[in-house]
Amino acid sequence: MADVVAIGEEHAAGGLNIHPMDQFIIYPLFGDGGVGMFTVTNATLWMAIIVLCVVLLLITGMRGRNVVPSRAQSIAELAYGFVYKMIEDVSGKEGLRYFPYIMTLFMFITLANFLALIPASFSVTAHIAVTAVLALAVFVTVTVLGFVKNGASFLGLFWVSSAPLVLRPILAVIELISYFVRPVSHSIRLAGNIMAGHAVLKVFAGFAGALGLFAFIPVLAITAIYALEVLVAFIQAYVFTILTCVYLKDALHPHH
Amino acid sequence: MEGEIIAYADLGKFIGAGLAAIGSGAAAIGVGHVAGNFLAGALRNPSAAAAQTATLFIGIAFAEALGIFSFLVALLLMFAV
Repeated sequence: MADVVAIGEEHAAGGLNIHPMDQFIIYPLFGDGGVGMFTVTNATLWMAIIVLCVVLLLITGMRGRNVVPSRAQSIAELAYGFVYKMIEDVSGKEGLRYFPYIMTLFMFITLANFLALIPASFSVTAHIAVTAVLALAVFVTVTVLGFVKNGASFLGLFWVSSAPLVLRPILAVIELISYFVRPVSHSIRLAGNIMAGHAVLKVFAGFAGALGLFAFIPVLAITAIYALEVLVAFIQAYVFTILTCVYLKDALHPHH
Repeated sequence: MEGEIIAYADLGKFIGAGLAAIGSGAAAIGVGHVAGNFLAGALRNPSAAAAQTATLFIGIAFAEALGIFSFLVALLLMFAV
């Protein structure tokens, strides 16, 4: 990140120049010391805002418990039903025991992605540090759960019994590698998509500054990309959640 | 002499980042393949399509993951190395 700061300052000296990666810089909110383990930063602030929004939507939104739902209540019911059906479809009935965890993940990531689209806000999920914690939590939970539920037969996940016997050791190695790459791809997919989207918006914003009279062309392009980013924000939250369901299904039913 | 070596290292970084960006194009081909085949199948049997959207998104996610890896390599070359 120090490099990014240096590049940003370098560019700022030359007039209106937007560096696409400047928006991801983490800085302390109070004072101007370094960022330590417990420093309150802009990332902390935005994560608190996200949690607050989830609580507002799900708890105060559902307070009325009306038969004809209010707007907030219908959104909360929609989200609940969406996640419930996703778990039921992908991981089966037993997966529903882990509904609270997956619902928490879904609401946090969706709200983080949507709030990051507000201009001048901060995209928490664009940081691999954040998504890696989420993905590692899923990975550890699912692995421990698999061993608790199935004992040693959880290792049957790597022993593809439908393949010819000669191929099975080779497939076991491949399956093992792909199992351990899961948290990597799980976290980088979310962070990479959000980071790339926001960086593209800033790159086009830079074009608008450079083109002068023809600035309306990149502004139109930004509008279109912004609409795409709204879609991507939801799809990436959905993909993260549904992959969690797939991993959960593997833990509950490890046999191929 | 030393400055020249550093300049060549920068050159290599930028060429490497550009080469890594090819991977994004490859991922785009993969995602298009998944979505196109889904559409082809869905138009043949529209009643079965709705049940398979989850599979569609999982397939897109897996195809896209490797493109994101190459994007990450490009970013690392540009800003971290």
